[in-house]
Amino acid sequence: MSPFKKNRRALLVLEDGSVFEGSAFAGAGEALGEVVFNTGMTGYQEIVTDPSYKGQIVAMTYPLIGNTGVNDEDMESAGLHLEGFLVREYQSHPSNWRMTKSLRAYLEDAGKIGMEGLDTRALTRRLRRSGSMKGILSTVSRDIPSLLEKVQNAPGLVGRDLVREVSCTKPYRWNQGAPEAFGPPVGKSPGKLRVVVLDCGVKYNILRILESHGCEVMVLPAEATGRQVLSCDPDGILFSNGPGDPAALPYLVETARGVLGKMPVFGICLGHQILGQAVGGRTQKLKFGHHGINQPVKNLKTGRVEITSQNHGFVVAPESVGGKASPTFTNLNDATSEGMQMEGAMSVQYHPEAAPGPRDTEYLFSRFVAMMKKRR
Amino acid sequence: MPKRTDIKKILLIGSGPIIISQACEFDYSGTQACKALREEGYEVILINSNPATIMTDPEMADRTYVEPITPEAVEKIIASERPDALLPTLGGQTGLNTAVALAESGVLARYGVEMIGASLPVIHKAEDREKFRHAMERIGLAMPKSGFARNMNEVVNIAEEIGFPIIIRAAFTLGGTGSGVAYNREELNEIAKAGLEASMISEVMVEQSVLGWKEYELEVMRDRADNVVIICSIENFDAMGVHTGESITVAPAQTLTDREYQKMRNAAIAIMREIGVETGGSNVQFAVHPKTGEMIVVEMNPRVSRSSALASKATGFPIAKIAAKLAVGYTLDEIPNDITRETMASFEPAIDYVVTKIPRWTFEKFPETEDYLTTSMKSVGETMAIGRTFKESLQKAVRSLEIGRFGLGQALPEEEQARNQLLQSKLIQPNSLRLFYIAEALKNGIAIDDVHDWTKIDPWFLHQIREILEAEEELAGAQPSAELLRDAKKMGFSDRALGELWNKTESEIRDWRKRENIAPVYKLVDTCAAEFEAYTPYYYSTYEQENEIRPSAKKKIAIIGGGPNRIGQGIEFDYCCVHASFALSEEGIESIMINSNPETVSTDYDTSDKLFFEPVTLEDVLHILEAEKPDGVIVQFGGQTPLNLARGLEEAGVPIIGTSPAAIDRAENRDRFQEIVKKLNLKQPDNDTAMNVEEALAAAGRIGYPVLVRPSYVLGGRSMEIVYDPETLRSFMARALLVSPGHPVLIDRFLEDAVEVDVDAISDGRTTVVAGIMEHIEEAGIHSGDSACILPPVTIAPSMMERIDAQTKMLAAELGVVGLMNIQYAIKDKELYVLEVNPRASRTVPFVSKAVGVPLAKIATRVMLGKTLQDLGFTKTIVPKHVSVKEAVFPFNRFPGADIILGPEMKSTGEVMGIDRSFGMAFAKSQMAAGFQMPSSGSVFISVHDRHKEGIADVAASLAKLGFKILATSGTAAYLNGRGTAAATVRKVSEGRPHVVDLIKNGDIQMVINTSVGRKSTQDAYSIRHGALSYNILYTTTLAGARALAEAAKAWIEEDWGVCPLQEYYKKQNGAVIPGERSATRLVPFSVKPGRDD
Repeated sequence: MSPFKKNRRALLVLEDGSVFEGSAFAGAGEALGEVVFNTGMTGYQEIVTDPSYKGQIVAMTYPLIGNTGVNDEDMESAGLHLEGFLVREYQSHPSNWRMTKSLRAYLEDAGKIGMEGLDTRALTRRLRRSGSMKGILSTVSRDIPSLLEKVQNAPGLVGRDLVREVSCTKPYRWNQGAPEAFGPPVGKSPGKLRVVVLDCGVKYNILRILESHGCEVMVLPAEATGRQVLSCDPDGILFSNGPGDPAALPYLVETARGVLGKMPVFGICLGHQILGQAVGGRTQKLKFGHHGINQPVKNLKTGRVEITSQNHGFVVAPESVGGKASPTFTNLNDATSEGMQMEGAMSVQYHPEAAPGPRDTEYLFSRFVAMMKKRR
Repeated sequence: MPKRTDIKKILLIGSGPIIISQACEFDYSGTQACKALREEGYEVILINSNPATIMTDPEMADRTYVEPITPEAVEKIIASERPDALLPTLGGQTGLNTAVALAESGVLARYGVEMIGASLPVIHKAEDREKFRHAMERIGLAMPKSGFARNMNEVVNIAEEIGFPIIIRAAFTLGGTGSGVAYNREELNEIAKAGLEASMISEVMVEQSVLGWKEYELEVMRDRADNVVIICSIENFDAMGVHTGESITVAPAQTLTDREYQKMRNAAIAIMREIGVETGGSNVQFAVHPKTGEMIVVEMNPRVSRSSALASKATGFPIAKIAAKLAVGYTLDEIPNDITRETMASFEPAIDYVVTKIPRWTFEKFPETEDYLTTSMKSVGETMAIGRTFKESLQKAVRSLEIGRFGLGQALPEEEQARNQLLQSKLIQPNSLRLFYIAEALKNGIAIDDVHDWTKIDPWFLHQIREILEAEEELAGAQPSAELLRDAKKMGFSDRALGELWNKTESEIRDWRKRENIAPVYKLVDTCAAEFEAYTPYYYSTYEQENEIRPSAKKKIAIIGGGPNRIGQGIEFDYCCVHASFALSEEGIESIMINSNPETVSTDYDTSDKLFFEPVTLEDVLHILEAEKPDGVIVQFGGQTPLNLARGLEEAGVPIIGTSPAAIDRAENRDRFQEIVKKLNLKQPDNDTAMNVEEALAAAGRIGYPVLVRPSYVLGGRSMEIVYDPETLRSFMARALLVSPGHPVLIDRFLEDAVEVDVDAISDGRTTVVAGIMEHIEEAGIHSGDSACILPPVTIAPSMMERIDAQTKMLAAELGVVGLMNIQYAIKDKELYVLEVNPRASRTVPFVSKAVGVPLAKIATRVMLGKTLQDLGFTKTIVPKHVSVKEAVFPFNRFPGADIILGPEMKSTGEVMGIDRSFGMAFAKSQMAAGFQMPSSGSVFISVHDRHKEGIADVAASLAKLGFKILATSGTAAYLNGRGTAAATVRKVSEGRPHVVDLIKNGDIQMVINTSVGRKSTQDAYSIRHGALSYNILYTTTLAGARALAEAAKAWIEEDWGVCPLQEYYKKQNGAVIPGERSATRLVPFSVKPGRDD
């Protein structure tokens, strides 16, 4: 093959009419979604397997992607959820001792399009200035007006419930690093804390860390009701991360209201936004969101700076929860809300489970465990 | 936490002369620290012996001590300045070691000086390997198996436990001196012995080899609120076993998954906390097993380093500046990020490009040393390139190296090809050209797996190289098309390389590209991968869609820098470029800097209005100039690199300001220059050219031996020799004709025992002012860069000074110099000879500027902008009342087998300055600054060539009078005894034991004077010099040097020595004096050197 890869030309058209040319390194066809950029220099495998990217086409700002292939241990879910993947230069000769597959093969097996060769920095700058935009990625059409029409007619993220598309349909138990069918309810093993995780698109690392803290982890579909949750006799409940507009999830807000105050609750990312709404707050959309692993967050209690992994396009408007929840973390770049605390509950906008990203805030899981133990 | 108000005055220790492993990156960090601390209102006291640094400019600190960096000198400074705090972490290992010595001896406690940034226990914990190992054990991190040994017995015992291969590392040394890899007992003996000797504490670590493991570095910062951030990850292209300073390195890390990277990040943070680095930047090195991922900690440096300079340039995050602010109490979240303005320094930079650093070696200067790379550094500089892909970045880095390669696949020299069968060994044994051998091997069809097996370089990198070669093959086999051209440029191919592939010239390719509208765009280095708006215009080129360049409508001037440091072109030229930039901004003109050297102040985004981090090649420079359209371009400050581009730039219509390229050519072209000499009725040493042995013999016969011979069309003084007889000339010719076939050999009369003089002058086109006349201590024939020199001269008569002044002015006028000019003269038998004229900034500009207290490069810049010297108030030569000595510093101890003898080819890497009221003390200071102990008693060993016996008699007498015992080899001893100086005879090495080297080893010799003549030196002479070098004994290999040493010893013994800041020297300097009027300020002449006056 020619080193000047030109085999499958691909186009990215944004809703403002801007066009980026490149070629497909994986997959073919068309994909629609909100285009966001992620500034992480590592962690593309975790990103492509993160269910929170449902509905989005992700551009990596780091230009070389695919270097280490894909391995079995770093999966953040059972599949791929993003709509398309944009990189400056795909690395067709990956090298890493844990690699089991190339990124190309992984994307292709999942039927996703990977595009390379476009000026990802120009794209990033466009998104930074104009805010997140819808886009269409096509390897089949070069008819820009018709692609543009498709983009403009496509639904955006606002008002869309994407959680249902990524949540598990049946409850499962997280057992030794893997999902296991949820058998008939069993009695709790003595000394083990049972955590029910509401799967809004949960990243496996949340489950891994809970398990490593000795918790028994039960994962329920997002649509589970408060009663269903409580019927599992949990010691604590975790509202997970997930995709889409948090304002489009009244059923989850309802579930949260049903459990808040009854036992320790932990909300992560979308889970934080759900808890925020449950105490009466509202969410709003950020211009282009936070997607990266270098976001500095100030712990308002200790004054310390913690470097966090983030992936969200919506935030809880801080004034909307005033009086009902106290702020615990704030983003040092743009002063947006990064965490709050309520009676018996805590939530953070960022990802303490990292994967990808720094593990600076993993201590929150210990804190959650301590909250559960204390209640017991 | 706000800054501390309990400290007001802070002492900074610089890193001293440029040496291998400690180069101008510490000027960059020190300069940043000075600026940062003064910005915060602190009074900064600085000590650094290196005059070529920006940090020692009198404006950079409140009090600038250009003094030897020894604990004694620093104590004197502390006693008189009484600083509140000492910041030891920004002056490299020298700064750190000196601070440690002062803390340990109780000086800091006695004067109540607080060490900020890193405390003594922290430094010990990080630097002492046993303590460090225990610390790592406590936090559960692995290190290679190892043990410490203080003698050979212990070495052998530990080695038996660990098993070969074994790495020996000497404790407390620079850049891995005294370190090496032993594969067997014999090597173990040899390396461990050298290591024990090199170590300041006579200790070596005997360590399990992790050769072939992947090597990584993280640059970490911590503040006193315990916030820790990682600034940059660096992956070494070369596997473990090659010093990181010798490795090609890439940022960010390329072959780690997030999980693996986070494990490393966690470890680095845990190390910072465990070691207790309270504030500032540190560097942590890791090795990772390529098959299992097992990670071990290699070492940490609790200070800014070469890597932190690289990381700063690679990310745009100014580590040293932030480290200085953290040291005075700020926390990371209180310091704004200059580049984004809206965000703070408490984040981790995200980059959206690939950075490649390649070291620059100069093995050609040390032919006795084999070209192979180990855990001890030998490179003298480095270049960095930024591209959007690794392939682009690597190709840009290769051409930035300025070693005549414009691409990877460019064929190796024929000589190398003939050795193709040795390819495997060239891949196994790391060497300076291994990158090119890898390319050669892959082209020859050797499998990636094999290349990986031999080199241990990660296959990811090897595949990248192969992709470049495949592209090259495709290009070479295809019909050239605009599309291919575009693709090739995107992959980083230079026009030159494409021209070679397509049988076209570089300019044909350029013209074709212009027609096709194929030009690079410029992107910003912004610390955040475009997530935030960036305000600092720090650019690199690539071939992509969007151009971020924002040319202003202001008047602007571009400065072309000098590229990677090498012997002969170092920090001095960067200093001049930086001054040009400062002068431009003072004039309200936009400054645009173009350079590829990550170590320098010039490539600090803070130095110029715009920074282009680009290869300094015609193609890359023209692109920038076409995009920016500056009103003028300065080529005379960056050394030979920009000068070599001058003609091409002029042809492309670029407005070069200052002296015209035509004038530069007139001075550089031998024939054209001779015409000028004739026209002005000046004198040059008789000379001729020869195409073959017979012509050479005839010419030398006519001119008279000795002659100075050199092949033409070779780089800077290379292969230049002084030849005393026809036989040597024959063998020289045989070699020269091989080196430069088809080109004439240049033959000059060698002015034996002449006094060489260096002159720096500035001309505005009408008026010329001689800025400084420097008398060389070593006689003509020693490269001016290697010679010590004095300003003002001490043995040159006023009338001769006037002639020098007059001839300089004539030459400046004839050449039409606008800006700086350097002339080398020789004085012999009351005649003044012009040796060389360089109408450009010279290596001595910073020294002269510091000696006379006038910023010459700034003045020259203003002159180039059209100001007159009259306007600038610089119309008279300033002859200071103090004496300044510049001494060269050599890297011989890095090059096993190299002889320390000086000659016409430059070998020094750096320089120091000694300043005092008398020549003797200034010279003594320069020797101490260069790292030697000045003896006040003991023995001097003398062994000189017959030609020098007469001259040495006075030196010996003078030393004996000072109370030194004179030891000499039999011939020299007999002569000295005959002349009335008692000299005891010592055996040469070949004469049995105990011999002179035994005495050196036993510490019985404090000074060595050993001269020889010509290229060949006997094994005996070599052993003596090698002994002096190994044991760091004050030595000289020239007669003139011996005279100066005797003078220095006299001053050292008879005078009190003190320290004095530059600012005080300048205050005392009352007005300008023109040459010839200087009898009133006449200094102590060489009391031991008769009859040099005319």
